Amino acid sequence: MSIENKDIFYKRTNLKGAGLRQFFAFVKKEFYHIWRDKQTLFILLGMPVMQIIIFGFALTNEVKNSNIAVLDYSKDVATYSIIAELDASRYFEVKEKLVSFNQVEKAFKKGTIKLVVIFPQHFAEDLQHFNKAQVQLIADASDPNVANTLTNYAAAIIMDYQNRISQNKQLPYTIHTEMQMLYNPQLKGAFNFVPGVMAMVLLLVCTMMTAITIVKEKEMGTMEIMLVSPMRPIIVVISKAIPYLLLSIVNIITILLLSVFVLEMPINGSIPLLMAESILFTVVSLSLGLLISAGSSSQQTAMFISLVALFLPTIMLSGFMFPIENMPLPLRIVSNIVPAKWYYTIVKSVMIKGVGINAIWKETLILFGMMVFLLTMAIKKFKIRLA
Amino acid sequence: MRTIKFLLQKEFRQIFRDPSILRIILVMPVIQLLILPWAADFEIKNIKLAVVDQDHSEYSRRLINKITSSGYFNLTHYSSSYNKSLHQVELDNADIVLQIPTHFEKELVKESEATLFIALNAINGVKASVGGAYLSTIIKDYNKDVRSEWIQFPRFNPEAQIEITSSKWYNPLMNYKYFMVPGILVLLLTMVGTNLAAINIVKEKEIGTIEQINVTPIKKYHFILGKLIPFWILGFVVLTIGLIISRVFYGIIPLGSFVTIYTFAAVYLLAVLGLGLLISTYSNNQQQAMLLSFFILMIFILLGGLYTSIDSMPEWAKWITRFNPVTYFIEVMRMVILKGSSLVNIKFQVLKVFGFAILFNGWAVYSYKKRN
Repeated sequence: MSIENKDIFYKRTNLKGAGLRQFFAFVKKEFYHIWRDKQTLFILLGMPVMQIIIFGFALTNEVKNSNIAVLDYSKDVATYSIIAELDASRYFEVKEKLVSFNQVEKAFKKGTIKLVVIFPQHFAEDLQHFNKAQVQLIADASDPNVANTLTNYAAAIIMDYQNRISQNKQLPYTIHTEMQMLYNPQLKGAFNFVPGVMAMVLLLVCTMMTAITIVKEKEMGTMEIMLVSPMRPIIVVISKAIPYLLLSIVNIITILLLSVFVLEMPINGSIPLLMAESILFTVVSLSLGLLISAGSSSQQTAMFISLVALFLPTIMLSGFMFPIENMPLPLRIVSNIVPAKWYYTIVKSVMIKGVGINAIWKETLILFGMMVFLLTMAIKKFKIRLA
Repeated sequence: MRTIKFLLQKEFRQIFRDPSILRIILVMPVIQLLILPWAADFEIKNIKLAVVDQDHSEYSRRLINKITSSGYFNLTHYSSSYNKSLHQVELDNADIVLQIPTHFEKELVKESEATLFIALNAINGVKASVGGAYLSTIIKDYNKDVRSEWIQFPRFNPEAQIEITSSKWYNPLMNYKYFMVPGILVLLLTMVGTNLAAINIVKEKEIGTIEQINVTPIKKYHFILGKLIPFWILGFVVLTIGLIISRVFYGIIPLGSFVTIYTFAAVYLLAVLGLGLLISTYSNNQQQAMLLSFFILMIFILLGGLYTSIDSMPEWAKWITRFNPVTYFIEVMRMVILKGSSLVNIKFQVLKVFGFAILFNGWAVYSYKKRN
């Protein structure tokens, strides 16, 4: 212990002038490492572009163009016009007309049909004479989300039809409702998913950048050389992160440009604030990578942790795929340690709601705390003696 | 055959000598499978509601009661200022603002009609439209209650009414876990398999041991097979653990047979591992291999149909999903576990994934060069 203490004392006193030069020498070394591996550099800068474009367009929690089948025992004016309306909506494609109930099971088993609409006999007659008629909806609930949504959509379309035929009679004591969609009047799926994809891509790419650096030098044996230099661990660790931070800033800029000009997202809030928050988030991710790297015994372990262990939890617990308020309490607590959750909230607030720092200071503070914690842990884990 | 036997011996020794990797491969899927399915609940409930009550009447109180007792809404804010409530939306403390204007009760009773204003946070468009639909259904119901207090309706229905009955087949309790657990198992299996294989050959390249293999008379396909078989077996171990967890912790018992699942998995693992080996032969170092497999896995997983519906994707993305083995395995899991489909029902999926297996592995053998 005393030797280590003396070491630290020595290094601290020595850091004044020469330290800064050494630090830059280390940063330069890391830069060369990255710059010389053009293929990896290309992947690091090109991958986020591809991901933002692909997922920005392809991911949506809307359910549309679903194939449905109709079993119409009635075949009258009313059923024809309801079927036509279902087919005309963007949610449904009427793919099959069934003739008997036995075919329902077969249609589902093939897996292409998601919903079957069944009209009993004398549908229009019942509706006209008794003011009452029945429709049956059968959904394939092996995907419960799709089943639920489709049932709701179909019910809404049938209800619309019903309201239209009873329109001519204005009822007394009617409450009207006027709805206003805030922030996203066209209900675009991108407004919800693009911030989430941004958080996910930045977190994973940045973590993977640094997850390898330290452990790779351990594996290659070059770590020995670093350790015998008079640099303090903190300098070694930070100098490893700085070049990657610059790469990440390039990535942030391209991602923001893409989301505005390609995915047509607004930036209603302040751009400097958004940049600052994004940089803070990437520093958190880079620190997480450093911690993984310092704690791993081989590159393979580091990669497994940063990919297999982080990927699904980031998708599922950051709130953009599944609403956090629906989760059971233990998971709501666990979701708080997912950095992407906080950044996702920040991006939504700044880009779409256009609020300032006073609305997101809590999230910012939490990210800052995570950064301090992860960096400290990484430096602590960074051993100056090899086993 | 003898060559392969020795190669297998070497690979297995390598795997078992690094217990930290083995531990991660076996423990990480278990933890994630125990935790993550609980997060997957798409149902929209617990909507945060802010009420702006400017009427303070008997009617407005009854309306608020009716809404909060429905179970879908949590009243998080109550005031008489619209701007204050809007600020709550900005802070994410409210999803919906319901404004009950002054003289709501008076207008409804005297002028026979009144208007309510609803503002919704529509950043999540689906949540907003579903939440809005819930709210207007409740208001309509309330409206009916009020109306029936003032006028006596005749016995038969005055309005035409279409009764909608709906039933949910294959999962009548709408248990999301039946759907998510097998899906997450597929994703974990894919990630573990691809990564293991992707890193493997490139690791030998980086360390330099591949030179030693290159100078031996081992055939290219011997080498690839030697890499493939141990991971293939490991994949089955992960799958079995996963199926045991879904049986014990989630009570999921497949309607179809395990033979179908394992048969498909056998072909599927070949495809996934082949993909990993292919990545490995094209990468110069482990970082590249990891980044490439991350890129491909992210596309496969997010466009696999587990999280978002494939039908709603744009045409070009649907085209990608046709080349996505994950899509087929998720489909097969759903069909076998929930619908009891047999091998005959899934023959197309098996054939397609078998095609991928041949393609990826053949390509990997072809592109693995014994010379630099």
